Amino acid sequence: MNEILDILGTAAFWSAVLRIATPLIFGTLGVLLCERAGVLNLGIEGIMVAGALGGWMAVYHGAPLWAGMACAAGVGAAFGLLHAALTVGLALSQHVCGLGITLLATALSYFGYRLAFGQVSTPPTIAPFQPMQWLPLPVLSEQTPPTLLALLLVPLLAWLLLRTPLGLALRMVGENPQAAESQGIPVLRMRTGAVMAGSALMGMAGAFLTLSAFNAFYFNMVNGRGWICVALVVFASWRPGKALLGALLFAFFDALQLRLQQAGDAALPYQLYLMLPYLLSILALVLVARKAAYPQALMKPYRKGER
Amino acid sequence: MRLERRTRNSPLAIAAASLGAVVFTLLVSAVLVTAAGAPVGRTYVLLLQGGFGSVFAWSETLTRAVPLIFTGLAAAVAFRARLFNIGAEGQLYAGALAAVAVGGMHDGSGLDWPIWLLFPAMLLAAALAGAFLLLGPALMKSRLGVDEVVTTLLLNFIVLLGVSALLDGPMKDPTAMGWPQSVALQDGLSLGQLLPQTRLHNGLLGACGLALALWLVMKHARLGFDIRAVGANSRAAAFAGVPVTRTIVLVAMLSGALAGLGGAVEVAGRTGYLTLDMSPGYGYTGIVIAMLAALHPLGVVAAAVFTAGVLVGADSMSRAVGVPSAIADVIVATSLLAVLVASLASQYRVRWKA
Amino acid sequence: MTAVLQLQGITKRFGALVANDDISLTLGAGEVLALLGENGAGKSTLMSILFGHYTADSGDIRVFGQALPPGQPRAALAAGIGMVHQHFALADNLSVLDNVILGTEPLWQLFSRRRTARARLQAVAQRFGLPVDADARVGSLSVGERQRVEILKALYRGARILILDEPTAVLTPQESESLFATLALLVAEGLSVIFISHKLAEVLRVAHRLVVLRGGKVVAEAPTAGTTAAQLADWMVGRPVSMPQRAVGVKAGDTVCRLESVHSEGGLRDRLRGVSLNLAASEIVAVAGVSGNGQVALAELLCGTRRRTDGNATLAGRPLHADPATLVRSGVARVPEDRHAVGAVGDLPVWENAVSERLGSPAFNRLGWIRRRAARRHAQAIVEAFDVRGGGLDATARSLSGGNLQKLILGRALLPTPDATVPLRLLVAHQPTWGLDIGAVAAVRREIIAARNTGAAVLLISDDLDEVMALGDRIAVMHEGRLTAALPAAAWTRETLGLAMAGAGDAADSEASS
Repeated sequence: MNEILDILGTAAFWSAVLRIATPLIFGTLGVLLCERAGVLNLGIEGIMVAGALGGWMAVYHGAPLWAGMACAAGVGAAFGLLHAALTVGLALSQHVCGLGITLLATALSYFGYRLAFGQVSTPPTIAPFQPMQWLPLPVLSEQTPPTLLALLLVPLLAWLLLRTPLGLALRMVGENPQAAESQGIPVLRMRTGAVMAGSALMGMAGAFLTLSAFNAFYFNMVNGRGWICVALVVFASWRPGKALLGALLFAFFDALQLRLQQAGDAALPYQLYLMLPYLLSILALVLVARKAAYPQALMKPYRKGER
Repeated sequence: MRLERRTRNSPLAIAAASLGAVVFTLLVSAVLVTAAGAPVGRTYVLLLQGGFGSVFAWSETLTRAVPLIFTGLAAAVAFRARLFNIGAEGQLYAGALAAVAVGGMHDGSGLDWPIWLLFPAMLLAAALAGAFLLLGPALMKSRLGVDEVVTTLLLNFIVLLGVSALLDGPMKDPTAMGWPQSVALQDGLSLGQLLPQTRLHNGLLGACGLALALWLVMKHARLGFDIRAVGANSRAAAFAGVPVTRTIVLVAMLSGALAGLGGAVEVAGRTGYLTLDMSPGYGYTGIVIAMLAALHPLGVVAAAVFTAGVLVGADSMSRAVGVPSAIADVIVATSLLAVLVASLASQYRVRWKA
Repeated sequence: MTAVLQLQGITKRFGALVANDDISLTLGAGEVLALLGENGAGKSTLMSILFGHYTADSGDIRVFGQALPPGQPRAALAAGIGMVHQHFALADNLSVLDNVILGTEPLWQLFSRRRTARARLQAVAQRFGLPVDADARVGSLSVGERQRVEILKALYRGARILILDEPTAVLTPQESESLFATLALLVAEGLSVIFISHKLAEVLRVAHRLVVLRGGKVVAEAPTAGTTAAQLADWMVGRPVSMPQRAVGVKAGDTVCRLESVHSEGGLRDRLRGVSLNLAASEIVAVAGVSGNGQVALAELLCGTRRRTDGNATLAGRPLHADPATLVRSGVARVPEDRHAVGAVGDLPVWENAVSERLGSPAFNRLGWIRRRAARRHAQAIVEAFDVRGGGLDATARSLSGGNLQKLILGRALLPTPDATVPLRLLVAHQPTWGLDIGAVAAVRREIIAARNTGAAVLLISDDLDEVMALGDRIAVMHEGRLTAALPAAAWTRETLGLAMAGAGDAADSEASS
């Protein structure tokens, strides 16, 4: 217990929490956008991989770091367009298409990486984002700019969803698309737009890993973070503020588990510590399951004119 | 142009659609091959030869197909009931672990039972391990409404970490010079060779037998009807008297058991012991195979052989031509999406405006 | 009278079905036009085309003299057309204000001007006498209140032409009166209304002019003055269809099913609060009431898909189990309200749906394996005896029309299996004629009466007062989970039934007797 309190007292710990939370914030907000519009996007795991590679490759070939982030967002949006074409345009199963996109995006990324670099022993690196030392605040000054962006996106998205006509239309499309159509809202276009925007955020989540947290692209880098975001959205009741809370909570336990591994003796195998994030995600899902206020049209395909 | 629902299921349309999807996939991957700077035609020929061009190639393909049939069947039966079991990877490893636990040479000897008892016990342990692993998410779905896709996915990570911990500790083979692998199975427990001088083992017969049995059950048994009804419309099924929760539980146990058995068969037939890299994603590939087969048990066998052939062929092709073997995964993923689109052709008819 | 709306030569096909066949009609300013027709006559399709949900194959529409671009609700809204859908186009999780202002502000606008919107909404609500709470969550409103929101949506956008699609289907007689008063107000303010209905009495009260559709064509057009209900029925139906008559004076037999103070859990509109009812052989008990007062709970209780939490329920002297298979074995025939979502598994073939309730019986099941030939034979017998038309035994259930699917469901419930030992004891029919054309309605009523005549007890739950009064030997009324006493049909009048449906006279409730 004392060990835990010691850990909690250090600024380094809280820095780690924010750093671990950043891709989760991007990813969860991305899933949230898609699901609010009524589309489940299980492509997130693969899109994060693709975004990680895409952004990194751009920087490796000389682009500035923010251009890399933009490139990752573009890659994400492209896969989002594919997902939307299949699930919104053709009304295919959202579960299966999402999984297919995860498989495809991951496979394409690994293929692209191998094509460019072959079987290298030490992965090539780039110069990543630097901590914002110019900020006068503790903990935050250790973070890189994308983290700041992620934190700013939370109130921005909340305002968009709850206070603008576009956000209202998006929510309605996820609750009752027939009603939205009767009010003149172009349902298919809105859903496609939401999925593309959400997928762009997912791409940026992946790029954070290669452009900030680390400086190279590794296989199995994403390691289930995408699925955790999907669980976090349910936990967050589809609200951006609670999504931030969920991501921070999760990152807290993840950072704690890492520190405990290093601090503790070898009594417990390290794998048990690593299991903690996944177990917590399942627990979170179970706890909120009963009261989950799903967007009512989530996962129901919308076919124009089929009434 | 308009899409109009068909009135009866047409197997011919389904087959034609699947074929169309395969062709599309090959076209897409041709683009990647060209990007890699390799000649398209020669690459595909090498791919085909690597997978299907000789008796040895066939033996490798069929060996690779065995676990894919198991995970494919696991996905097919679960998806039929709209239980999206994405956890076959974890269930496979759990089954393999259970098989080694029962049949392994722990401390030099292992369980001292006669083979005719130990062998089925080993398989049963593997089946139960997989079954109970899926039971949790299935119950969470039917009782609490928790989406089983995420829970089964997360369980995969948990299970693999658990296996890793056990392979580092109690199940470790002390003679393996520090490499994390399990103790080996007792001698009498390995599945015999089907084809001499190849790796092909009797597990193939078991896999095909299970596929046949599953097909018969889905088509002719009361359980099969229950599964199909629950998957298509659980409210109507409940109204007709189908025990919905019990059916979902049965499906979960059946699906998990199939994946677990796949793990046991891999250990007993191919490797003899368990390592962490035993499965290059068989669980996930099984899902693709199930979709390619339109959830038909016999189709799963065909789709598994096809996919295995592509995977095996890509390995040998890659060595010869230099196209990264990851192209095999691209082919598999693209064919999944293509088959999904093509499946529309079997459900809908295209009507041109008069 | 200036024409505010002109439809010319509208034709629309769905596959082989011609839903609208060269329809032309006009609507004048300040006029209420009633569009009449049986289910399937093409009324809803026509209005959906007008509002832009569908595009017509040919023909054109002029609104206030301007051509209306087809297939876009946005264009219809901009032209001043508002539609109150039969199944309300509302999002339960959002507030009244949200539902109303959706689509009224440009999507690129940075801020939603909610304060002005709220004020405007209240002004419109005042003007037309439709009070609402702007911040209430739509999911918590009553049906009447939701309809008000639907109407306000259109009025808020300045609609000059209002289309009402079967608006009284979900209202009590008293709520319907209130709606008619609103319509009068709208007309006084210069709006024009198209009122779609199949209820003759209402239409004669409310409309200035009548247009009758049959089989997709306009078969009659007349002013209300001087037209009788009989003439309308004639136009709507076109051929003499004999509605089966129930022979009065058939003596009821022993009690088949008894409910005593039964309670069941559920939402506000979905529970039973102390229901008592006696169902006797050779007798039809009809339960009237507006949908959403617990009828679903009652039906599900007797169909075996809902548990009771308190009270007693017996069938043939033994306790009633919440298990469909047991009920079917005990001689209960069940016809659910929603034939597509509950009555059949759409993706499975007709023959499997025909035996789906009886797959546990030895006639169709040998040690867990389905006896395919016996099952198909029975399915064929059902198809022939009940005149189920469609693509054959192997066509999907989804491909059957509503009427044919209902006939299949009836046949499944009523036709005895080859090894039947238990006679038909009870028929539970929940809204059995909803959405069916006149021929199918007659067929269904015939089966219900036949079941009674062979000695079964029948429970008919229907929100169609005409049907209740035509078929019920005894009638009870359901309101907010409570059931009135089931009195002989002669003891009720339309007025007393209407009052009971609205909850007045709750004193005469089922705890007392019967």
